[in-house]
Amino acid sequence: MDDTEELQEVLLTDDQKLDIAKWFLLNSPPGEIQYVAKDLKSVLNDEDVYQRAAAEAFPVYNKSNIICLQFPNRSGEVLVSSFSELSKDEYLDPRTAQVGKVDHIRQICTQMRPATDEELPSPYIEEYRCALDAEISKYVGEAYPKGVFSVYCTSGKDVEDCGSDFELVVVITATRHSPQNFCNGSWISIWNIEFKDELQTVEVTAHYFEEGNVQLDAKHEFRDSTIFQVGTTDLTGEA
Amino acid sequence: MEAAMGLMRRMPPKHTETALSALLSLLPDHSSDLLSQIDQPLQVLCDVDNAKEFILCEYNRDADSYRSPWSNKYHPPLEEGIYPSAELRKLEIEANEIFTVYHGSKYAHGKRGYLHEGGWEAIHVIQVGPEVQGMAHYCLTSTIMLSLTTNGDTSGTFNLSGSIRRQMKADLCVEDGHLCNMGKMIEELEGKLRNQLDQVYFGKTKEMVCTLRPPAELLPMALPDARKP
Repeated sequence: MDDTEELQEVLLTDDQKLDIAKWFLLNSPPGEIQYVAKDLKSVLNDEDVYQRAAAEAFPVYNKSNIICLQFPNRSGEVLVSSFSELSKDEYLDPRTAQVGKVDHIRQICTQMRPATDEELPSPYIEEYRCALDAEISKYVGEAYPKGVFSVYCTSGKDVEDCGSDFELVVVITATRHSPQNFCNGSWISIWNIEFKDELQTVEVTAHYFEEGNVQLDAKHEFRDSTIFQVGTTDLTGEA
Repeated sequence: MEAAMGLMRRMPPKHTETALSALLSLLPDHSSDLLSQIDQPLQVLCDVDNAKEFILCEYNRDADSYRSPWSNKYHPPLEEGIYPSAELRKLEIEANEIFTVYHGSKYAHGKRGYLHEGGWEAIHVIQVGPEVQGMAHYCLTSTIMLSLTTNGDTSGTFNLSGSIRRQMKADLCVEDGHLCNMGKMIEELEGKLRNQLDQVYFGKTKEMVCTLRPPAELLPMALPDARKP
């Protein structure tokens, strides 16, 4: 066939192969990147390029899907996200004030250590964060059968006293992985709270692929504002 | 090849074309297998002879040209293209006439608001075995590709797309002609697939979303009261 001959003449450069490999990895549905990686290795037939692609793509995938990893001693979990990132492989769990070291490609937490004072918000901010954490805990416990969440301070974490702005982010994620039933899904809610405005995003993804390939991808943004009383730790939010 | 098909099952259906061309460049030796096994969204061309549109797909392609079933000519013109035998060509003409009627009766044209875009594409491939004592063996493989996109102020961006493929075999009497048998099989399988799509798309996907985050009515929840001190 003429096409085959033409294609054989055009050999891909390593960089082109790298881009293609990264594209496949990044477009994996929730919970399926390891399966995609296995098929990709086979199709790519180039261990070097695969390793480079994996090293670049896995961290991005893990952060945008906000994967949840257990600490090695099972003392809790850490969410891998841009909000919790301290360095390219270290992620903070503010609730237990611990930092987990993450192997992105194997998608596990390999080590942990207590967080330093510099990595944590100031006591003033921590009061707000903790109060919000408690409220969200009740909400997630009731609304999400398998939800995990975290509250981070994304700006102004060293604020010592009222009068300055700061920002908290609530991240809620729920996933259902059932690969033997050819069914996987994930739900991510991100609530950004500034003291003047609230901008919230809810992102839902579901993938069902038995004997076919059906994917749902939905994204919804809300915006709302609420008045707070400065000086109290009584926070209200909208689900 | 198995790994390639595995990848195609997982990549978002809205990116089917990109995924397929990536695989074609990674596996040039398997291009004919890939092109025949992976269904892509269909495009149309206008036949120069009679201004009718025809669909471009793997089954009427030779090199980079496509043969129109209306005029039996390749677009763009091809010197040594593959043509069906006279008998097959006669069957093809008859089939197209019948399916024009079928298409008109089954597919109502949906209303298209500017915020909604959707597409339904179906490919049915029938293999017909030789006639044995007045009966012929038919194997029908049908693939439906559906996509729906919404982008509105109140509902945000929403994209649902995918494909389903099923097979059906039958041994039927040839008395009424091949077309009659093929038509019945296609109608039956398309109906089944359409129902399955309903269960798969809306059923399973909804089930998934509800499992992750059940709707508020189902939860015994007490939201924090904004007025409490």
